[in-house]
Amino acid sequence: MAGRFLLKTGQTEMYHWDFYTVAQSFDLFLIGLRTTALYTIGSIMIGVVVGLLTAFARLSPWIVLRVLARTYQEVFRCTPLLVQIMWAYYALPLLIGVTIPNYIAGLIMLSLYVGSFYAEIFRGGINAIDKGQTEAGLAVGMSNAQAMRHIIMPQAIKKMLPAFINQSVIQVKNTSLLYAISIAELTYMTYVVNGETYRPMEAYTLTAILYFSMLFPLTQFADYFERRMRRSD
Amino acid sequence: MTPTEEPIISVKGLTKSYGALEVLKGIDLDLPAGEVLAIIGPSGSGKSTLIRCLNMMEVLTSGDFAFHGRKVTTGFKDKGDMLGAGTLRRKVGMCFQHFNLFPHLTVLKNVTKGPLVVLKEGPDKTEAFARELLGKVGLADKCDVYPSQLSGGQKQRVAIARSLAMRPDVMLFDEITSALDPELVGEVLQVVRELADGGMTMVLVTHEMAFAAEVADRVVFIDGGKIAEEGPPRDVMMNPQSQRLQQFLSRFHA
Repeated sequence: MAGRFLLKTGQTEMYHWDFYTVAQSFDLFLIGLRTTALYTIGSIMIGVVVGLLTAFARLSPWIVLRVLARTYQEVFRCTPLLVQIMWAYYALPLLIGVTIPNYIAGLIMLSLYVGSFYAEIFRGGINAIDKGQTEAGLAVGMSNAQAMRHIIMPQAIKKMLPAFINQSVIQVKNTSLLYAISIAELTYMTYVVNGETYRPMEAYTLTAILYFSMLFPLTQFADYFERRMRRSD
Repeated sequence: MTPTEEPIISVKGLTKSYGALEVLKGIDLDLPAGEVLAIIGPSGSGKSTLIRCLNMMEVLTSGDFAFHGRKVTTGFKDKGDMLGAGTLRRKVGMCFQHFNLFPHLTVLKNVTKGPLVVLKEGPDKTEAFARELLGKVGLADKCDVYPSQLSGGQKQRVAIARSLAMRPDVMLFDEITSALDPELVGEVLQVVRELADGGMTMVLVTHEMAFAAEVADRVVFIDGGKIAEEGPPRDVMMNPQSQRLQQFLSRFHA
């Protein structure tokens, strides 16, 4: 048993990398990359709107809004995204009797998922601004909405940005779960390439490199921004 | 005050409660044009709550509140004959203990933001007026600086200019020197003194007893949520009637 295991490891040490075969399918990786980018951007844009509305709902004086917003947040934060996507694609259609195309189920669930986390980031950023700032705005005759727009938000956005970027980085990676409902994003296309070339080592390594080169600049920017912000405070 | 002169601010039977805690227990107060009114009293007496009611920063629990004879409603917008809190606050400026300057804006933009958003008078006119006001409070050279680079006294003077930019009828000063280092108090009080000399109607909550005695036309002593004594500073401060006020003042004379 031990001998066979050693033998196997010995074989892997001699593994012969062959990126050429995989590189021939690079157009498939490009399709995957493009799809990943589209779902990321789309779900972040919808997620920002959902997150803002949810954050304001949670800060509103009406308890019904607060409870609704909180319920949505907890449902989406406390269940796995993969389960949400599967549920929207396989279970929800049974419940309502309407087929939901995979791209719609995928986009909506990604957006609602990230929106629930964005809402918490936005709410935290707004709450972090001293109450005296709102009062100073009101004291010169601004409405609550005007004070929010001209006084609170410009300051809150600065505070939110590092956490926002961080959550968005996670979001790029979360699009990989769409492979489960056959959406042709990067991870799914890697699976396809692997099926055609039988080179899982190269295919998945290349995909990992592609994800990394997209996200590494983003995390660096977040770090840079956070350092700069600390200095300006 | 002659009967034809209507007070700028008039409150009757004002009460304010937070849950079961009644902070103000029936205040009657008229503020005629041009008067400088000082509110004094021990911590927790309700004097800050009172001044914050005068621009609807706190909503009254009960009582009547009129501004230039028009009743004030709790909503932001005017309602029929009633004046909305938004309209009221354009005409009633307020400065705070902790300045509350906008840290993301330069000194000049701190002053112009309110007029630009609320009055919409045009950027050139607004900026010219803001520069004039900053000159009056002695900060003409600080227009492009951010608040974090200012001393406490400078910050409070910017805050005063910011309120004046709305061309208010009344200024409310809520303990504006309490957060300052002692050596910076004088420069802020000097600005207030000049405003008073210029005829500005104002209410100040203060612990600066000597200053209140010097600049105020009338002093109100609040104790336990009620007006315990009021009158010209000479009477109230030099000749206090109640034991509470005597006790309160003795701490400052020492």
